[in-house]
Amino acid sequence: MSSIAGKKSGLTWVVHISVIALVLLWLFPTVGLFVSSFRTADQISTSGWWKALFTQEQNLVLRTAAPETQRQEGALYVIDGNIFADNEESTNATITVWGVSSRAIADYEPGDTADMGDDGRITLEANGDYRLENDAEFSGRRGERVFVTAQTPPQFTLANYEQVLFSGSTTDSMAKAFFNTLTVTIPATIIPIVVAAFAAYALAWMRFPGRALLIAAVVALLVVPLQLALIPLLRLHLGIGIGKGYLGVWLAHTGFGLPLAVYLLRNYMVGLPRDIIENAKVDGATDFQIFTRIILPLSFPALASFAIFQFLWTWNDLLVAKVFLIDATGETTVMTNQIVELLGTRGGNWEILATAAFVSIAVPLIVFFVMQRYLVRGLLAGSVK
Amino acid sequence: MHPAVQGLITIIVGVGGCVGYFYLSNQFLDKVLFPPRGPNAGRNINRANQIRPWLFLFPAIFALGLYLAYPVFETLRLSLTDRDAGGAFVGLDNYSQMASEPKFWEAMKNNMLWLIVVPAASTAFGLLAAQLTDRISWGNIAKSLIFMPMAISFVGASVIFKLVYDTRPVDQDQIGVLNAFWLSFDGGALAVLFLRLLPATILLAFAAFMLYGIYVSLRPLLWGEAERGGGSWWTMPLRVVVALGSGWLFWLSVKSIFNLFTVSMPYGEPQTWLTVPFWNNFFLMVVLIWIQTGFAMVILSAALRGIPEETIEAAIIDGANPFDIFFKIKIPQIMGTIVVVWTTITLVVLKIFDIVFAMTNGQWETQVLANYMYDKLFRANDWGVGSASAIVIMLLVTPILVWNVYNARKEMR
Repeated sequence: MSSIAGKKSGLTWVVHISVIALVLLWLFPTVGLFVSSFRTADQISTSGWWKALFTQEQNLVLRTAAPETQRQEGALYVIDGNIFADNEESTNATITVWGVSSRAIADYEPGDTADMGDDGRITLEANGDYRLENDAEFSGRRGERVFVTAQTPPQFTLANYEQVLFSGSTTDSMAKAFFNTLTVTIPATIIPIVVAAFAAYALAWMRFPGRALLIAAVVALLVVPLQLALIPLLRLHLGIGIGKGYLGVWLAHTGFGLPLAVYLLRNYMVGLPRDIIENAKVDGATDFQIFTRIILPLSFPALASFAIFQFLWTWNDLLVAKVFLIDATGETTVMTNQIVELLGTRGGNWEILATAAFVSIAVPLIVFFVMQRYLVRGLLAGSVK
Repeated sequence: MHPAVQGLITIIVGVGGCVGYFYLSNQFLDKVLFPPRGPNAGRNINRANQIRPWLFLFPAIFALGLYLAYPVFETLRLSLTDRDAGGAFVGLDNYSQMASEPKFWEAMKNNMLWLIVVPAASTAFGLLAAQLTDRISWGNIAKSLIFMPMAISFVGASVIFKLVYDTRPVDQDQIGVLNAFWLSFDGGALAVLFLRLLPATILLAFAAFMLYGIYVSLRPLLWGEAERGGGSWWTMPLRVVVALGSGWLFWLSVKSIFNLFTVSMPYGEPQTWLTVPFWNNFFLMVVLIWIQTGFAMVILSAALRGIPEETIEAAIIDGANPFDIFFKIKIPQIMGTIVVVWTTITLVVLKIFDIVFAMTNGQWETQVLANYMYDKLFRANDWGVGSASAIVIMLLVTPILVWNVYNARKEMR
């Protein structure tokens, strides 16, 4: 047995390392989006997000303050200040080398003085403080160019979230889409639960002809692709005057969610103890009372797991919303649609895209982590039967 | 009115309406129509109980019928008529028009590729993750992190992966992980290892698996076991079809291995991954595999835990090594669950729309059926061909539908 035990401990290390690798691989893309949503447009486009967590080396072209700020000290004309502050760059950076010509950007160490001939002499410290001196008066409108190589510490901003959530900009704003999504999601989650719970009770505990056939029909409808329903239902909605709008999308989500709801809830309710229900019947309870007082409270886990499914599915849905909800005015756009449009209009603006996408996936992620237990239970009840 | 307030009111009306319907209809049945009082009390109770199930079922049956059952037939009808000709019956014209479009066959071909790769990869990764996480103390945390993409929308995942695949000109820093990774290769030993040997190994494993598939499906025919094994007449053609399919896939993978070692790779050039024909399909599939692996893992891990300990203990005592235990003891016992996971993911794949729509919109030869259908329905406004392609999706789903109903009926007996 010792050989097996010995092998096992060796293998355990392999297992730990493989799991860590797998988890990192799975997290990596999401973390990338998350980190990017806290970076400025410049940062995102100049370096990979994975470098954002470390000190970075940046090559910058900066200018000293304009000649109009010069003052006279004896015979010298002086301009001084902080090169980063003057250029609205982060003042946390540290200069490693610098230069005054684009051909020699690494000629000087911090603290050195560069002689630019007629243009004067400049001394630059590691923290960006500079002093530019000249014997003659500075002329022109713009300051001297300085080429610096600087180490910038990690730096994050909330500006993207402000832009996406509170700016009210018509193209970038997710606030309206967020509320629209919520308006679609909540009724589209609750209504099918109510409808399905009653049907599931009837299919589980009432006796009537055709019950087996109905259950088989529900199982069959579970896999019918909703693509088939698009045109006939859109025609129907337009025909009876619902048109494109919230009512239509709620009804559609209710219809599409029902098979799973009925199936999950019926499977769960069938497993409830028969004694309780029969005792209640003997005591004179009606079916309606049995359902509301006994079955519903006992079925809470199944109700919760379906609610999570339906919530995630309606929140994340694009197709149903595009077909049944979003009209030409775009007033009722949902977040998924908004993001697809951003991909078209602002394909290169990763700070907006990443933040918008993160706003839309944050709510499902919270629901997922809080209610994971029920989600797993529902999955197991739905698939492993 | 603020949309949030409007939403709240409609929630109250909608849910209140539902609950109200059930409550009032039951009240009506018990108090007015068949009250359990008076001379006919007994008969009334019986009648009320005959009607009540239908009261409970009515909204569900109505919604299911209207939103799922009726559209199947209506779509079938639309696929046989011409909208421009005022809905005249045109037979199979829409289908033949569809069959003459290269874009349709591209979608079919890609869908088949998706159907093979995504369920296989998701199930394999899911099984691997389930098996590995079951043995360690922090397995539950690892599981919930791998499971997490389930909560992310296809659109969100598309954005996430668009960032991964992003491309910058060669003289700039790459911001997409994949290009940064790609540019770290220069054709040296590391590149050979990661870009030729590793994929070749995976393809080789796949080829071997396909050979095994051919063997399993043809074994009864070759050795005349069909009579003994209780195989019925209709399994014969099925077995031949499966064997032929596996043979084709085997040939494909062998060809790919050969290509892998002969093709010259453009090292040092950043690639626009989503525009490389054929391979871009795989970059899109990665998104779905990333999402579905967690699902496969959760279900398979429950199945693995359900395996009786004795069988494994017996195998250990008999001297089986961990790989034998996994492949010869555990896998056969959870085969049923693997099939369920496989078919469930297959259903997702058949309906895949959002990922392709958001990432490439079917350009650069990445079209799939559902997106082709959306294109036909809402951009080309061709309801006939659109419906015809929807029916194609339905036909592809039908075997799973029949199998599911068959199993459900078997269980209920």
